[in-house]
This record gives sequence, structure tokens and C-alpha cells, in this order.
Amino acid sequence: MPTLTRKEVDEIALLARLHLEPEELERLRTELGTILDYFVTLAVVDTTGVPPMTHAVPMEMVLRADEPQPSLPVDVALRGVAKRDGDLIVVPAIIPGNDP
Amino acid sequence: MSEFWTVAETARRVAAGELTAYRLVENVLTRIRNVDRELGAFLEIDLDGARNAASEIERRRTSGEPLGPLAGVPIALKDNLVTKGVATTAGSKILKGWIPPYDATVVEKLRAAGAILVGKTNLDEFGMGSSTERSSYRKTRNPWDASRVPGGSSGGSAAAVAAGLCAASLGTDTGGSIRQPAAFTGVVGLKPTYGRVSRWGVVAFASSLDQVGPLTRTVADAALVLQAIAGHDPRDATSLNAPVPSYSEGLDRGIAGMTIGLPSEYFNHAIDADVRAAIERTMTALKDKGAKLVEVSLPHAELALPAYYIIAPAEASSNLARYDGIRYGKRAEAQDLLDLYRKTRGAGFGPEVKRRIMLGTYTLRSGYYDAYYKKAQQVRALIKRDFDEAFAKVDVILTPTTPTAAFRFGAKVEPLDMYLADVFTLSCNLAGLPGLSVPCGLTAEGLPVGAQLLGRPLDEATLLRVGAVIEATVGLGERRPGGIT
Repeated sequence: MPTLTRKEVDEIALLARLHLEPEELERLRTELGTILDYFVTLAVVDTTGVPPMTHAVPMEMVLRADEPQPSLPVDVALRGVAKRDGDLIVVPAIIPGNDP
Repeated sequence: MSEFWTVAETARRVAAGELTAYRLVENVLTRIRNVDRELGAFLEIDLDGARNAASEIERRRTSGEPLGPLAGVPIALKDNLVTKGVATTAGSKILKGWIPPYDATVVEKLRAAGAILVGKTNLDEFGMGSSTERSSYRKTRNPWDASRVPGGSSGGSAAAVAAGLCAASLGTDTGGSIRQPAAFTGVVGLKPTYGRVSRWGVVAFASSLDQVGPLTRTVADAALVLQAIAGHDPRDATSLNAPVPSYSEGLDRGIAGMTIGLPSEYFNHAIDADVRAAIERTMTALKDKGAKLVEVSLPHAELALPAYYIIAPAEASSNLARYDGIRYGKRAEAQDLLDLYRKTRGAGFGPEVKRRIMLGTYTLRSGYYDAYYKKAQQVRALIKRDFDEAFAKVDVILTPTTPTAAFRFGAKVEPLDMYLADVFTLSCNLAGLPGLSVPCGLTAEGLPVGAQLLGRPLDEATLLRVGAVIEATVGLGERRPGGIT
């Protein structure tokens, strides 16, 4: 399974929302293959009936009262935005060719 | 000179008015100006913030108002801890120029304790690395030997403390990122129990593993800084609501009657001869001080590395999805939204971060989840179980922090080689345990060696107590780094 095809690497890059240059894709194809090969050591471990450990310490769902609390003012929260229109964030069209 | 004063000594002298906080800050800033061009520990110096904090301390002191426990103590922050009004990059180009609108909880707590926050330190991008070579900004050198790495990812925080550019620093540790650079630079590094310290305002890498902790020149200082940052935080749902003991109390109580475990799987691993010799001298010292040393077994120890490199990249690929160029950070020009995301991320992330995002995306893909992520979490449970069984018999576990002392720049080119630098530190994060690295001597080449102590959950106090004995018997004493002065 671990040897990756170029098509698989392209698909993962799309899922990861990463634009990668052709040489980056090729390098990652071999590097990821090597790392994934290394993971086969886990496949042989008997984990029958072992519950997956999702957190380092036993956790219970923490709920808080649904009451409004003071938070960052909108203007402060939006200070890092690259492109704004008042309190709105400007982004390009989601569907190509439909820019307003 | 004030640059190598301990945290305790600095706070005492400032409180007594022996040295004003103004003078102290100017000393620190001069030292940074003289040394950091070559050392490369800092990404940002907060001149105004440091001077304002000094003024406030002097105002309080002269008007007789109470001073915090860390009043006047110069502390540096790893640049993945967000600081209100001070640029925070996490070592990544994607966050270049970002000015956070709030302080992380640990930053708030240090300010409240009177610490003077001098600046932000270099790191491997988003904490992903073991040498600080993966920073997108600059090279950080090891103050003991400028041709070697300081370790990572908290390499800037470790180098700054080792070279006397601050009294203490904060780092973060996801798989060894506090303890490994502490070992490489001859300082004390503590990764607290998962949940002991709030993660609110920490730039997330792998949320089930990340933890903030101190790097200091003495064990007593690590206790003081941990005291200031530990505790429950309602803003971090994973922080533990457990009482915080006094970490300084009982530090000098000694270790007579204590049982210390030596995991055979670690000692059977390839370990550099000088590192092994230093750890053996540490064992002898601990025995001389009345501890009982027994062999323990952690049968799944060798699986920590593959399990970690599935879990951490999987969590990272999800956490780093937020860097899309929309709400903060750099944005690339593009025709449509998908293209904007891809170009922003493609240009903003460095090679190691891309590698880990790709790896995490691969292992979390539908159809692969059971084979990788779920399997790794099951192995994680087995690793935790090994520790539970060992801690039924022993009070702490002793290992080398790293298999070798600091390596040279460029020595680890292949990703897997670099990952192996963390082979002894990863399991502590997987199991959520506290871990401490304490200097325990030098190699023949004059490079520091770290002894790692692992403890029961929330038992940082015992680690510090044993660490104090190591420091007093085989520690570095007054030996200082001579690579960069």
C-alpha cells in the first residue's frame, strides 16, 4: 500500500488545500512513501479490544452555561484580515467566474 | 553580572532595590544586542513592553505596593505563544506580520506575576522540528558550539536561557520540544502533565499532545516558573481542574527511599558512549543519595515513534486548516476561493510543515483511518498502560533525554533521521505524563548531556526533587557555554 502514485499525491494535496510545485510533489511522493513504510511496524501489533486513546488524560465533555460573555470587539478581531469591507471579509468568488 | 542570575536571585534583588528593574532591563537589552546577532535566539524584541513593565515594577516598589513573585525577572517567550500587540509568527511565513489582539493565558499569568517579557524566540515552524533549522526566519546556534544546533523546536528559548539573554523562557513540548533543546544547551526543561498548564493562546500543533513549560538554568527556577503558569483555565476545556501544589516546597528534601526505574528498552537503544557514561554517573549519584534503582520494562516503547508520527501530523493537518489567508496572516492573489486557499498555503508553509500536513491528510483519509489513526491511538493506549504498570513499582523513571548530544547543522537531512532525535521524549507526550530534562554533565567535546525524568500524572514535584539531586551532584555547576559570548 505505501508506495504512492503521483495521482494519489495530487489528490492529497487537493484535500490538504496545498498548491505544490511539480518538484515538491515528486519529492513528497518518495518521502511520504518512506515514512508510510515505517508505519507498518504498527500493523503487526495486536490491538484487539484495546480502546483508542483519544486524549492524554481521561476527559469528560465540558459544558458551560449558554450565557453571553464579553469577547473581542469586531474591529479588533478583524484587524488581521487582508481585505475588508467594513465588518465584512472580502474573498474571491467561490465558484470561478462569478466575481461580483 | 546580572545576566546569569537565577530567577529567584533576580526577583529578590529587584524587590530589595539592589538593582532597579530599569537597569536590569537595559542590561538584558544590551546583552541581547551584543550576543543575539550571532546566536539568533530571538525573532522579536519587545523594547517598549519590557521598559513599560520595568517602570510599573519600580512604581510599585517605590510606592510600597506588593510585587509579584517574578517581579523584574526577564523572561522570553517561544514565538508560538500569542502576545497582544507583539508580532507572533510561530516561525512561519504564513503568519508574517500578524499582531495578535490578545495574550495567551500563560502570558497573562507571567505578566501578573511581574515578569518582564523581553521578546519572542525562534522555533521550528509551528514547532515541527528538532533543531530549529526549520524556522522560516533565522538560524539559532548552540551557545556551547556555534557549529551545532540548539535542538528544537524550542531552540530559541533554550539558547536564550543558556547564553544568559534572559533568566527563564517558556517553550512548548509536543514530542520533546522543551526537553530535547534543554538537553542540547545545558539548561533545565520541564514538560508538565498534559492539562496542567493552559493551552489557550498557544498556536496549536497537535492538540492532544501540546503542553507549555519552562526552560531555566536551575531546577528551583523551573519550580518557580511552573508555579506562575500552572492551573485550571476555563478557556481551555482540556486544562485540569486539580489543585496546584507548592513546587518549591520540599525541593531539597532529597530522595532517600525513593525507587527510580530504568526502562531496559531505552537503555538497549543505540546511545552515544559519552551520553551513556553521563547517565551512568547520574545513576551512581542517585544511588549514593539513597534511591533504589530498579529495571522496568516498557514493552511498547519502540512503537512510540511511529504512533507519534501518525497522531501528531493528523492533528496538525486539521489544526493548520485555519491558515487559509482569510482571517489573518498572508493572503495570495487568486481568481477563486479554492485557488486562494491553495496558493496562500503553498507559498506560506515551509517544506516540513507541508510534509506533515500531507502525511496527516493521507492517514485521515476515509478508508485509511482504521489502518493508521485508529491503530496509532490504540498503540498509544498500550504505551500509556506500560507506564501505569511501571509507576505501580517506581516513583520516577530515568532515561537519557536524547541518544546523542547536539548535532551539527545540516547533519539530519532525511525526515526520518530528524524524527529519531526525539525517540526518548515522544512517549511522555503520548501518555500525557510530566517530563523533566536536567543537565548531567558534558561529553568529551564539551557538549551538555541531559538526564530525563518521567513521572506520574501531576507529580511534577517529585521530578523536580529528583532533578535537584542530579543538579547538585552531576550538574554543570558554574560551567557556562563558551561557543558564543
